[in-house]
Amino acid sequence: MVEPLISARNIKKHFDVGEGMLKAVDGISFDIYPGETFGLVGESGCGKSTAGRTIMRLYEPTDGELFFNNENIYTLPRREMQHVRKNFQMIFQDPYASLNPRMTVEDIIAEPLDIHQMYKNKEERNQRVLELLRLVGLGEEHVMRFPHEFSGGQRQRIGIARALALNPKFIICDEPISALDVSIQAQVVNLLKDLQNKLGLTYLFIAHDLSMVRYISDRVGVMYLGHMMELADSEELYLNPIHPYTKALLSAIPIPNPEIQRGRHRIMLEGDVPSPINPPEGCRFVDRCSYAVDKCKQVTPKLEKIKEKHLVACHRAKEMIK
Amino acid sequence: MEKVLEVKNLQISFKTFFGEVEAVRGISFDVGKRETVAIVGESGCGKSVTANSIMQLLPMPPAFFKGGEIIFNGENLLDKTEKEMQEIRGNKISMVFQDPMTSLNPTMRIGKQIVEGLIKHKKLNSKEAEKKAIEMLELVAVPQPEKRIHQYPHEFSGGMRQRVMIALAMVSTPNLLIADEPTTALDVTVQAQILELMKNLQTKLDMSIILITHDLGVVADMSDRVVIMYAGQILEQGLTEEIFKNPKHPYTRKLLASVPRLDMSRNKPLHAIDGTPPDLYAPPKGCPFYDRCSEAMKVCKSYMPNFDNHSNTHISRCWLNHPMAQEANSVEGGRA
Repeated sequence: MVEPLISARNIKKHFDVGEGMLKAVDGISFDIYPGETFGLVGESGCGKSTAGRTIMRLYEPTDGELFFNNENIYTLPRREMQHVRKNFQMIFQDPYASLNPRMTVEDIIAEPLDIHQMYKNKEERNQRVLELLRLVGLGEEHVMRFPHEFSGGQRQRIGIARALALNPKFIICDEPISALDVSIQAQVVNLLKDLQNKLGLTYLFIAHDLSMVRYISDRVGVMYLGHMMELADSEELYLNPIHPYTKALLSAIPIPNPEIQRGRHRIMLEGDVPSPINPPEGCRFVDRCSYAVDKCKQVTPKLEKIKEKHLVACHRAKEMIK
Repeated sequence: MEKVLEVKNLQISFKTFFGEVEAVRGISFDVGKRETVAIVGESGCGKSVTANSIMQLLPMPPAFFKGGEIIFNGENLLDKTEKEMQEIRGNKISMVFQDPMTSLNPTMRIGKQIVEGLIKHKKLNSKEAEKKAIEMLELVAVPQPEKRIHQYPHEFSGGMRQRVMIALAMVSTPNLLIADEPTTALDVTVQAQILELMKNLQTKLDMSIILITHDLGVVADMSDRVVIMYAGQILEQGLTEEIFKNPKHPYTRKLLASVPRLDMSRNKPLHAIDGTPPDLYAPPKGCPFYDRCSEAMKVCKSYMPNFDNHSNTHISRCWLNHPMAQEANSVEGGRA
């Protein structure tokens, strides 16, 4: 049995927003194994980005444990945390906002190296920057340029090079392609897959584009209002979704083929996602679920194994399979 | 079919500090009655400029029309005065924008924003207008409209705001609705609701839709015909089935291959299109897709081909359609 690289246990992140507690992430647990891509999907406001940032400890967790190589990093003091964080990197959504417009590409990519003093002399620093640029498909001619001279796809490549600077084991990709055009999205996704094979990286891939997540991920977790609703191998999840929310979510994605798309049955969800501020006990999806029973309102369902490698948080999951 | 809108050889440029940007370079298409036409392309291809030019919402200067005609119900919109355009805007042609968060006025109650248009265009008094506003919100399925008209935009979710935007566009039962990326800012489940709503309204109100989007899934779901734009030009257009089943232009083919599909195997590689679209400060003389096309020939670099007919409804402009293309390819050994 392979040891997981990352084990999240009951992670919570609550924000005090004055009118109550906003429970952005409310007790999620999962493992990520070395070399795999774990996809985290959900609609806006479901807490997927907060989950990513809490795992990185960019947000201090409200509760829970995060084991990295069997060490709970939430208990580490600041100095040690900085050391461990070399193994954790992040690629952000907006390639326009996540690069400092006043820094050259060289300085942007070398910043992590500077902070962790990873080189002996200037020569070594230059070498490493060049090496990283080539790795992401850019070249020497780009070193002294500024971010505004690049297109969105190229900027995302710079962001990826920066994330790779410290030879991390684990990279959180927070919607890395949603700001890009479709033809460019494929370039970046292919690059991420290439790098994973070359460098043995492990990804947490956060996105709302479910077709892209299915394409890139080995396993996928579906979040709704701070809870994990379903977790399974990517193929299994898309072929046999069990949770009513996953089913609705998948049926809502239009397939780019008119013959198939027009014949599909769409599960239409009524209403909107409820507020995450002081949510009541019970299943978070209960108000919009057509299968809800009384129990769903009273008891929050736990994420449980329903089939081999397929976890669902639904009281009626067993019935749903049939 | 009766044509509601005909765009003929439209050319639009922007004057900027660095020179002239040729955003739209001679495009022609039409929209029939009750028809949905999707304009598809990447950012910067000129699809939004085209949409805004129909409504004449482009700031002039820097924008200016270099040529062409926009014929709506038999009249050229480019000959209209601003006053005449105001009669048409929001009355006969309406528009729904991408971002429901910024296109509503945050300091005005929802009801008032709807009423404003009714009083101006329909000359209703405020009582009648309010009644109509409630009716409109009911039409777009906003719950409790009597209560909701007194609320501000920030009290609405993204999906609800887009419903309000659609209600605003519908107040005067337009002949033509231009929807510029109407669901791009929304979640998929909300997108499904809004698309369904637009379809229902179309049948109910007998209207034509121009749908501007980059999401091929939405296109497959909604449109009757598709126009593929690239670098300010149309490369291919045809019935939705023709475009998806039998794409003729390499760009269309690559675009379709670059998106992962739920009904396809995961193990198939995703076909990225290398490079980026050309700079429109100095648009290429030949085919704009030349630099990124794996099937390009020598001739593509210097000359833009004309449209060829593949059927009554399906046209594309690519040298590969030329009877000599096979030969040229074998002589030059593929890419020039």
